[in-house]
Parts: sequence; structure tokens; C-alpha cells
Amino acid sequence: MTATATAATTATATTATAPAAPAGELTLAAALNAALRRSLEDDPKVLVMGEDVGTLGGVFRITDGLQKDFGETRVFDTPLAESGIVGTAIGLAMRGYRPVVEIQFDGFVFPAFDQIVTQLAKMRFRSHGTVTLPVVIRIPYGGGIGAVEHHSESPEAYFAHTGGLKVLSPATPADAYGMLRQAIAGPDPVIFFEPKRRYWDKGPVDLDAPPASPYQARVVRPGTDLTLAAYGPMVAVCLAAAQAAAEEGRSLEVIDLRSLSPLDTGTVAESVVRTGRLVVAHEAPSFFGPGAELASAVQESCFYSLQAPVLRVGGFHAPYPPARVEHEYLPGLDRVLDAVDRALAH
Amino acid sequence: MPATTARQRTAPRPNGRRHPAPAAAAAADEDATAAPPLTAVTAGREPLQLLTPDGKPVPHPHLTPERDPAALRRMYRDMVLTRAFDAEATALQRQGELGLWTPLAGQEAAQIGSAHALRPDDFVFPSYREHGVAWCRGVDPVSLVSIFRGVTHGGWDPAAHNFHLYTLVVGAHPLHATGYAMGVARDGADSAVIAYFGDGASSQGDVAEAFTFAAVNQAPVVFFCQNNQWAISVPAERQSRVPLYQRAQGYGFPGVRVDGNDVLAVQAVTRAALERARSGRGPVLIEAFTYRMGAHTTSDDPTRYRMQAELAEWQAKDPVQRLRRHLERLDAADAAFFTATEEDGRELARSVRTAVRTMPDPEPSVMFEHIHAAGHRQVDAERAWFAAYQDGFAPEEDEDR
Repeated sequence: MTATATAATTATATTATAPAAPAGELTLAAALNAALRRSLEDDPKVLVMGEDVGTLGGVFRITDGLQKDFGETRVFDTPLAESGIVGTAIGLAMRGYRPVVEIQFDGFVFPAFDQIVTQLAKMRFRSHGTVTLPVVIRIPYGGGIGAVEHHSESPEAYFAHTGGLKVLSPATPADAYGMLRQAIAGPDPVIFFEPKRRYWDKGPVDLDAPPASPYQARVVRPGTDLTLAAYGPMVAVCLAAAQAAAEEGRSLEVIDLRSLSPLDTGTVAESVVRTGRLVVAHEAPSFFGPGAELASAVQESCFYSLQAPVLRVGGFHAPYPPARVEHEYLPGLDRVLDAVDRALAH
Repeated sequence: MPATTARQRTAPRPNGRRHPAPAAAAAADEDATAAPPLTAVTAGREPLQLLTPDGKPVPHPHLTPERDPAALRRMYRDMVLTRAFDAEATALQRQGELGLWTPLAGQEAAQIGSAHALRPDDFVFPSYREHGVAWCRGVDPVSLVSIFRGVTHGGWDPAAHNFHLYTLVVGAHPLHATGYAMGVARDGADSAVIAYFGDGASSQGDVAEAFTFAAVNQAPVVFFCQNNQWAISVPAERQSRVPLYQRAQGYGFPGVRVDGNDVLAVQAVTRAALERARSGRGPVLIEAFTYRMGAHTTSDDPTRYRMQAELAEWQAKDPVQRLRRHLERLDAADAAFFTATEEDGRELARSVRTAVRTMPDPEPSVMFEHIHAAGHRQVDAERAWFAAYQDGFAPEEDEDR
């Protein structure tokens, strides 16, 4: 059986939550499932662990069918305790395993915050490189699905702020597949943020393509008037904004950052030197958010190329609101275009 | 489909023995066939003892103390050397050579006894006071003090000694021990893991989660709690309404309270617990009932919170003296041995002192090293910036520093 056929089987298996995609296309959820499957096949040391990842296949079905095919030793349900999940994953990694941990929702990662920030992030440094922890922590994140409290948060800045961690977020099924495989195969701890409202978006996935580095930003739509930088769930919003702007005669360049730590400021700076303007968009609160870091880096390296202040579009400095108003909290197409207009007014 | 998948689909679970279904685990839990039966050992609140404070043997129906004179002398020597080194480290802190020290005085029996129960292939997760265990695992005492001098956060290669780095966040590492033990079980290895922590740590949620994860996975891990009666200034009764060893019962594994100043009892109980873990019957909690004779750290002043009479009471139960009296009673060591051991302790202290006082500071560039295995754009940029910044200064005169 070819790898593509395997993925097709996987896609079929997830039809309970998503319609079957055309040949060569997968939902982002199915692409993640295929990446886990391929990683489990490639390396017997890879483990998948978390709450409900076994028989149920995860609350979002990302681990669907994996326990059945790889057994309870390699794909297993844990007690309901996030700190315990990450803490035991650290121990398993010390023993030579490659645990892929699922945290069920963004807002549930905080019980594990100490283990991630104090232990996982620092172990390689404090051991002078003798202890390497290849642990991947997958976190479905972001809003827009009408969820109850603590199920729609974007906590990525906490982790990007911590030395010793790498922080990734794919925006497309192809990247979900390639970036997760790379994260699992790599030697360092990775916090892998999955845009949960894009789980059911479909896109082409070449299961046998050589994976590109997940740590480089990518220009996903070229343009000349302004650069729009985003990651995860906001890339699609920014592409829609660029399309809308094009209909008004504005040419926007869209960059998918893909990685927050490390942050590929070079690709963004190269773009801004050409366009002279930058708008950064994310769901996370703007205040002390990733956009602030990018804005600072770009004004430092592109000061004489900038024709307008760098603007940010993000969530507010407030707890995530109830679902009935989340569409006003989340930066949508209009808020992005509003910032674009303000930048272009200079 | 790649062949590996097919193989894994059909292969039996390599560690089925260690992962019984929950019902089977409960049924097989207690020690119907195996010796020594730990549940029989766990008599009650009175700590299990094999030596009285004046060194007399206490018979026990299930546990056999170490009787080999050479082995007893080795334990005594390790206790004396650890105490000597510990006292020297405290002195070095007082003289400004170390930023901090965490004295272990009083806990030598708990540490040396349990360490002597370990096999080389067992893996140890210490907290930050396990200097005696570190010594027995072959970790250079100079490496230990280098942490407290501020030269490193680590100091040794854990794999070289099967002894992990010290963990300073109280109670975080029993989870690592549990995960490591889950890995041992998956590997089909027959070694065990031991996690050291204290009465204060027993209140941490991570310790409770470690108990849960270890129990449901029947992981081969021994939780070794040194109840030294004080978490800095807070007495043990502020941590728990029940004796700590009884906590294990609620998780479904045995708990034992042992006299932590009785090196023979500690060794025998730890050995039994490790054997139980190795045989796939899951974790054990050992509460070593002991006393921190000194301060929590050199920054602490225990006279502010505890009475001199309490200290005196525990000094009468001194673990080192207890084993010495036992050796004398057995006629297992002569005066020359005791004199030579004392001198070895002084020599160890001298060598540590010399090494500390000549220990160079690390290069500032260590700030940027070993953070990631595969590099990081921002770290690399900051390293390069910092190097250029430093190079921008005029060369220093060759000062006598």
C-alpha cells in the first residue's frame, strides 16, 4: 500500500466529522492524523499520549485509529492530569522515547505550564546537552468554533517567550502534515499549535514530499503595496483580505510565519523592504503578543524602508469572551482591512 | 504499507507483563507469592527498625539486614565521608565560596541505606539534598558544589551515573521518574527507578499525579520520601493529616514507614521495594522517618522555628553513631578502621575545598550553549551580537583576578 493510499484510508476514517476530500486533498485534521501515523511507522520510539487519544481517537479525532493499528503501548490514554502527562513524557524522553503529547484544549495547558517552562524547556541547557528531550506537545488552539470558556484561547506567546522551546503553528493541511512530522523527528521540544477552526479545511497534501524546514516563513501570496504577516488560523483570513483588497486595486503580500520560535524575521524584512508597510495579525491578544515582537524586529531592520507605522491586528487585552460575541473579539476580514487602510493612508 | 506497520500490528505487546488490565492489576496486586511481603512489613505508624539507636539488632519476620562485615563497613565509610563533605560544603558557603548549600546532616542513613539497595542499572531522580546518594552513584562531590557556587545548573552527565540532575522545583521530578519507569517497562528491562523527595514535596500536585500515573501503569518506580520533619520552617503536620506512608493506600500500592536513621532498615526496605518494582508489581512509597539536623539551606535559621530539645532528641538517634555502635558490637571494625575513615573524610573535605577555591568561572558564552540541539535563529543572533559587543571593548590589562 502506498503512503497516499494510507492517507486516503485515514481520510475515509474521519468522514464522521468531515466529508471525504478529493483525491490528493486532505482536511487539516486528516493531515495531522497522517503525520502521526507516518511518524509512528518511521520510528518505533514515537509514542502518542494524552487524554482520550486511544479508543476515542481524541476529541477532535486527530488520533483516530492509531491505537487500533499501533497498540496500547504506543498510543495510550493517560490519567486526566496535564502536568502528569507532560512530566511523564519528559521521563519517557529521557529513556529514549519520542512522546507526542496531546493537550485537549488550549486553556487546559496551564496545569502543565510548570513542567513545560521549568523542566522541558530548560533540561538540555542545564544538562550541558547531555539530556535532550524530543517531546512534541500538540495543542488545538484559537477561537471561532462557538466553544465554552477555556476552549478558544491563543496562549502561544507564553511559550515563544520561553528560551528552550520551539513554537510552531501550521496554517494548511500540507504544512500540518510536514511540520508535525518534522517536529516529531527533530531533537528539540516543540509546542505545536493546531488551528482548531481550520481542522476541517481541505487542501492538497503530498505525503511523500521531502518536508521543508518548519522554521522558515513563507510568502503565500506575492504583492507590492503592503505585507500582511500571520500564522495559524489567521493566514486564511489574511489571504481573504488580500483578495478583497485586490478587487479594490491594492496588492498585498501575505506571509505565513509558520514558526513563532524561532521567528523568521528575515523573510518578513525582505518583504517589507519591497512593500514599505507591515500589518501583523493574530488571534492572540496584541498586548505583549507575537505581533509586538515582529513589529519591533522589522522597525529595527527596515526603519528607512517603512512608509507607515507597523500595525497590529489581534485579540483584545481581555479574557476570551463568551462565544456569542467571539466574532467581535476575533480579528476578522474587516479588522484586517481596516488596519491595511490605515497603513496605506500614510 | 511499510513493513514496520504490519510488524507492529501483529507483534505481541512486549511489556504485557507490566501492563495488566486494571482488574488483573488489582487482583494480582498483593504479595501472595513473593517474598518479602511488603504489606506484612508495613505494620503501622511505628517506623520499621532493624537497629536500635544504640546499635542492637531488632529481629524482623520478613526482612534480613545486611550482615556482611565488609558491606557494613562500606556503608559506614560512605556515611562518614558524606557527612564530612557536607560539613565542608557548609563551611565553604560561610566563607563565601558557595552561594548556597543544602545540608544533609542527619539524613545519612536514609540516603546511604537506600543507595546501597540500588543496582548500577537502576535510575535515580534526586531532589537537591541527595548528596549521599550522589556520592554512592559516583558523582564527584565537586560537581555537586559547582551548582551551589553558581558555575553550572547541572554538573554531571546523568547517563554516566544513572543519577539525574538535581531538581530544585520541589516535587517536579517524581513525574520524570514515573515516565522513565514507564519507558523501562516498555523496554522490557528489569531495572527500577527511584525518586527522592521530602515531606514538603508530598503536598505538591505533581507528586500526587506521579502516584496516579505510576499506579495505573504499574510502573517500576519506588517513591522514597525522606520525612525530615521540616519543610524549611513548616512542620510535617502542616503537610498531611495522615502519616505520609498511608497516602499510598489510596493510590493502590504499598506504603512503608521506616526508621530513616537506621541504615540497615532503610536498605532492607528499599531493596524489597525495588525488587517488587522490578518484578512488575508496580510502585511502592517508602517514608523514611528522619530528621534534618541542620538548616534547610545555609540561608535558613532553624533556631527561629524549632526547639533545641527536639534537635537533642534526634541527635541521640544519630544515624552514623548507630551504625558505628553496631559495627563495634559485631566486632566488625577495629579502631584503626574508624581512625582511617575519619581521616578519609578529612582528606575528601580538603580536596573539595581545594577544587572549589580554584574552580574557574565559566565563559559568559555558556549562556547560549546547549539550549537547542538543532539551533535557533534568535539564539544564534544574540550569541553573535554578544560576541561582537564583547569584542568591542579594549583588551583588559592582565589583572590578577
